[in-house]
Amino acid sequence: MTERIDHAEASSGFIAASDHLEFHDRRLWDLRGKRDRATAAIPEWEELRTLASQIKEHTLTHLGAYLEQFERAAQANGVTVHWARDAAEHNQVVYDILAARGAKTLVKAKSMLTDECEMRAFLEPRGIEVIETDLGERIQQLDDEPPSHIVVPAVHKLRADVAEVFARTLGTDPNNHDVHYLAESQRRTTRPSFLTADAGMTGANFAVAETGAIVVCTNEGNADLSVHLPKLYIACVGIEKIIPRTEHLGVFVRMLSRSALGSPITQMTSHFRVPRPGTEMHVVLVDNGRSDRLGMDDFWSSLKCIRCGACMNTCPVYRRSGGLSYGATYSGPIGVIIDPAYNLRKYSALPFASTLNGSCTAVCPVRINIHDQIYKWRRVVAERNALPFAKKQAMKMAGKLLASPRLFRAAVEAAGAGVEYLPRVMLYNRLNAWGKQREVPQAPPQTFRQWWLAQRAKKEPR
Amino acid sequence: MSTRDEVLARLRRHPPAAVALPELPAFARGERAARGSFDDFAAALQRMGGKVAPPPAGGDVAAAVRALFPDARVLCSATAEVTGDRPLAAVRAPAELADVDVGIVRAAFGVAETGSVLLTEADLGVEALGFLAQHLVVLLDPSCIVPTLHDGYRDAAFANARYAIFMTGPSATADIEGVLIHGAQGIRSLTLLPCASAAG
Repeated sequence: MTERIDHAEASSGFIAASDHLEFHDRRLWDLRGKRDRATAAIPEWEELRTLASQIKEHTLTHLGAYLEQFERAAQANGVTVHWARDAAEHNQVVYDILAARGAKTLVKAKSMLTDECEMRAFLEPRGIEVIETDLGERIQQLDDEPPSHIVVPAVHKLRADVAEVFARTLGTDPNNHDVHYLAESQRRTTRPSFLTADAGMTGANFAVAETGAIVVCTNEGNADLSVHLPKLYIACVGIEKIIPRTEHLGVFVRMLSRSALGSPITQMTSHFRVPRPGTEMHVVLVDNGRSDRLGMDDFWSSLKCIRCGACMNTCPVYRRSGGLSYGATYSGPIGVIIDPAYNLRKYSALPFASTLNGSCTAVCPVRINIHDQIYKWRRVVAERNALPFAKKQAMKMAGKLLASPRLFRAAVEAAGAGVEYLPRVMLYNRLNAWGKQREVPQAPPQTFRQWWLAQRAKKEPR
Repeated sequence: MSTRDEVLARLRRHPPAAVALPELPAFARGERAARGSFDDFAAALQRMGGKVAPPPAGGDVAAAVRALFPDARVLCSATAEVTGDRPLAAVRAPAELADVDVGIVRAAFGVAETGSVLLTEADLGVEALGFLAQHLVVLLDPSCIVPTLHDGYRDAAFANARYAIFMTGPSATADIEGVLIHGAQGIRSLTLLPCASAAG
């Protein structure tokens, strides 16, 4: 039986490292602020969100036809198109392309899809050296950790952590924590790999059905270096990345980096359509659960996601627990609604890693109703009897209380007294998740109902 | 059944109800076009870490580039205006450009909204020039500015390209503690040199 990810337990280590937690929270909230300023500067922002949502919904509801159109266009460009049902087939397809050409080294740009497929772990034992070339992703590769954020993979690390990783793996000065020195060390050590690698790889932010183009948005220039130097280029593309036409890129590219980092566009927005003479370009179209999700009435629209990370940056639970505590490739609010579709039991705790404050939905550039879907996953988890024991007992009790106004009032009044007089062990024990890592606030002297009754008595003297 | 046919069949099994494709509005092109000026473009590019040089004195582009990088050993140009030290026609493998200090290219147009320039395989000569060079100088006719990315994607220069990039300043990263660094993996600086094309 699959192990269940206990998000609360997994986050406890992160929460205990208070300087990390404090920085993580502040850095991501800063990105949210930058996003707000960037979007406020675009008068048609809300219209763009609606258009982006409609274009994605249209494409997803005609996905088969658009994938076929993409395939025809790509083939006409001289690109070889492959298909993969799942992660295992994706990894095998990539390996076969590399092995058939004797390729031993692969430089790659960031791709959440290849992380989802755990591709490196498949290729490396088979003699393929894989070099992640995005700085954050490289830090995570060298530290043997998955990325903790889909846009900024090493955001949970401080400069001292990076200095330690680089000293251990790249031989840099362990006492030099200067960020410029660390970034320059990665540039210096990665650059020779671009010059000699047998193959290059990118993911895709968008794939255009009309033209067969693969669109990759980066800031570091590493995707272009990965594509333009080796003689073999492989793009790994989730089937939901298709958009119909070039003109639609205007909508999505205007939104992606503004939502992610608050910049109007990424430094490099690259469109790979035709392989350069004397080289090969391959596209692997990957399903891996996406066609199943398309058939789920309540959850198919999560496939609209363009992986900007805005929902993660705004989420109080994500900011204070860190991406690694979700135990999945996709973390934060978007992960909470994607992951259970892959494995309901393993990820059954994730829909509860949310306050349902709706902030994720409010910032989503493609208008995914993220917090509604989080709530709906909770129902699915409960119906499939996948709730952990303590939560099930608590919910049973809550159900009884909430069904009876008299019991509810008595409980609320007693709770106020309870926080004041109960011994700490009753509140801060293993069964009460609300007592972990936080102090339960003092209850006000009056309950809302008591206050309301008193006010009404004042205003409407009988 | 092939994987391809199986995936397509699964997608067609329970598709959600069809949603229509919306028409894209023109996004106030009239008003924007009036504001789609070189100054807006230059300001946006500078916000993204790009530099904007004054137009070359007396129209001497090559001298202006040398003056910008007096210590550069290897200049490599894909433009008619600058000859450089490394003829691109002689390059057999892109890795040969690894020692280029300054690359010089001409962009078809700039985007006022974002400060981006469009570069295609034809503009770069060898694609890797735009990434392996330590520094890049981009020549741009200051009258060739489109207002928004929507306009950029409608341009014929984009449609005909085998490869196209909207490049917006130098390569950059903020992956360690959000500290902004220009010169991540690609070019360390991008300098825009406003000048009309010599070809007219």
